[in-house]
Amino acid sequence: MASKETASTAKRIKGRVTLNKGLKYLFLVATLVGLVFLALLIYRVLTQGIGYLGVDFLTSFPAPFPEEAGFLAGIMGSVFLMLLTAPIAVILGVSTALYLEEYAAKNRFTRFIQVNVQNLAGVPSIVFGLLGLTFFVYLFGMGYTLIAGALTMSLLILPVIVVASQEAIRSVPNDLREASTGMGASKWQTIWTIVLPASVPGILTGSILALSRAIGETAPLIVVGAATTIYSIPDSLLANYTAMPIQIYSWIIRPQPEWQFVAGAGIIVLLVILLAMNAIAVWVRNKFQHRY
Amino acid sequence: MESSTNQAKSVQLMIQQNKRKKNVRKTTESLIPTFLLISAVISVLTTVGIFFTLLRESIVFFTEVSFAEFFLSAHWSPWTGSFGVLSLIAGTLLITLIAIAVALPLGFASAVYLSEYATPRTRRVIKPVLEVLAGIPTVVYGFFALTFVTPILQSLIPGLLVFNALSAGIVVGIMIVPMIASLSEDAMNAVPNSLREGALAMGATKLETTFKVVVPAALSGIVASVVLGISRAIGETMIVTIAAGASPNLTFNPLESIQTLTSFIVQGATGDTSFGSTIYYSIYAVGMTLFVFTFAMNLLSQYIVRKFKEDY
Repeated sequence: MASKETASTAKRIKGRVTLNKGLKYLFLVATLVGLVFLALLIYRVLTQGIGYLGVDFLTSFPAPFPEEAGFLAGIMGSVFLMLLTAPIAVILGVSTALYLEEYAAKNRFTRFIQVNVQNLAGVPSIVFGLLGLTFFVYLFGMGYTLIAGALTMSLLILPVIVVASQEAIRSVPNDLREASTGMGASKWQTIWTIVLPASVPGILTGSILALSRAIGETAPLIVVGAATTIYSIPDSLLANYTAMPIQIYSWIIRPQPEWQFVAGAGIIVLLVILLAMNAIAVWVRNKFQHRY
Repeated sequence: MESSTNQAKSVQLMIQQNKRKKNVRKTTESLIPTFLLISAVISVLTTVGIFFTLLRESIVFFTEVSFAEFFLSAHWSPWTGSFGVLSLIAGTLLITLIAIAVALPLGFASAVYLSEYATPRTRRVIKPVLEVLAGIPTVVYGFFALTFVTPILQSLIPGLLVFNALSAGIVVGIMIVPMIASLSEDAMNAVPNSLREGALAMGATKLETTFKVVVPAALSGIVASVVLGISRAIGETMIVTIAAGASPNLTFNPLESIQTLTSFIVQGATGDTSFGSTIYYSIYAVGMTLFVFTFAMNLLSQYIVRKFKEDY
């Protein structure tokens, strides 16, 4: 009788252990699905696009034939877009973070700004496009121009930069601030010479990651009127422009299959630039990170 | 004698200069918080601006198209004057359902594996790679859905259209896996080890510990991450624009071509829509609908985190 019970218990324990082992592999497989998907995606893009990727592709403007189509307008459009977006978004973002972390009183208004920033980060990017369309394109009369696109993008990535900067500023230990104040420095002197330099790595990493998000954004730019075929590099703030993802999108939606290869080539360029930006962000974080 | 008065004068001058410098510094010092506050207010103005544009243009839209038609009719064909948003909402829901059906099991299982089973080394390798998946532009996902996933699905399901909800939904799901995985893993990591050790010491297997102790304790974070994932799937634009088609359809058949709220906004903004036309205003009414859905989801997720947070 007793031995029967032990046997059944042993059996049950064995079952539980096997289940544990089996599900462990199931979880691993589920985790690998994401990674396999990534590998397939990269493989697919490379095999589709590599044939069309060449110096000509990087240095020529769009063309009606897939063999002659180039990416120059898209690349330069994105570069100029980012050159405008970065300073606007970073200055506004860091200022907001400094206000919230260093100056703001702990009251309702501050909490409201904080919650507001959090909620803005969750607004779909295309809604920012609608905001830009009403305000920058029509109300301020900028039209479908580079500056309207850049301002829209700045507002889009602002919440990300604010949150990253806040974290960086918060991680500067109070001892440093107190030491600086103790030496007679004013509040702003402390911030400018102590707090900001110490939080630069965090701010920079967050900003680069935010910009790498902006550089791949398509939907808001479509709404604020980035053009698909542009035969020039933007020469003023009020120039018409295109951007890499816009150009890629315009190639993807063409019915002839050859354009898919051109789109693939464009995607390779975009992914390489993104990879480079992410590598720089990681490098900055590792190189300049202080530990207090 | 003379030189000493000169000296006294120059000292006085220096003191004065110093005072002036201090005054200048004081004024700049007092201006800086104001400048920073203005920057902070810009983020509030952005929200106000979003509310204002969506509301104002939607109100104009509703003077031309009745509320009842917009919300009760299922026929969406703006170029012939039919504005029934239900078919766009159905398209969005269909994509979201498929996406969550893909992302919830994969994201949750990844989180369990990374937080409970993986060795620190495996975790250090897998986590950043998953984050790469989150950083890929959605236009690239759209390309992949259209040129890779759809052909594969077509060979499995004969008669599947080139543009279909299934392919787009699956890829949207893959896109939000890293988000659900990473947020859920954070929630599980926050569960203190003493709870796990207690369960293991009582003879529970790792699996039982995970599902009877860790997951219940981290449930609020896990649910919040899924709600955020839903919000992301509702707002996703490029994948559905490229791969799901542009045929507004009140259907829950994933094999059909559909149109979502977001992909109509793209279509309306790229077509030859003139400023001030009914179609122009309809973009905003659709945008408002989209905004309300995602905003509600975001608030819900924040509420869940706040309300059900476990403190240890």
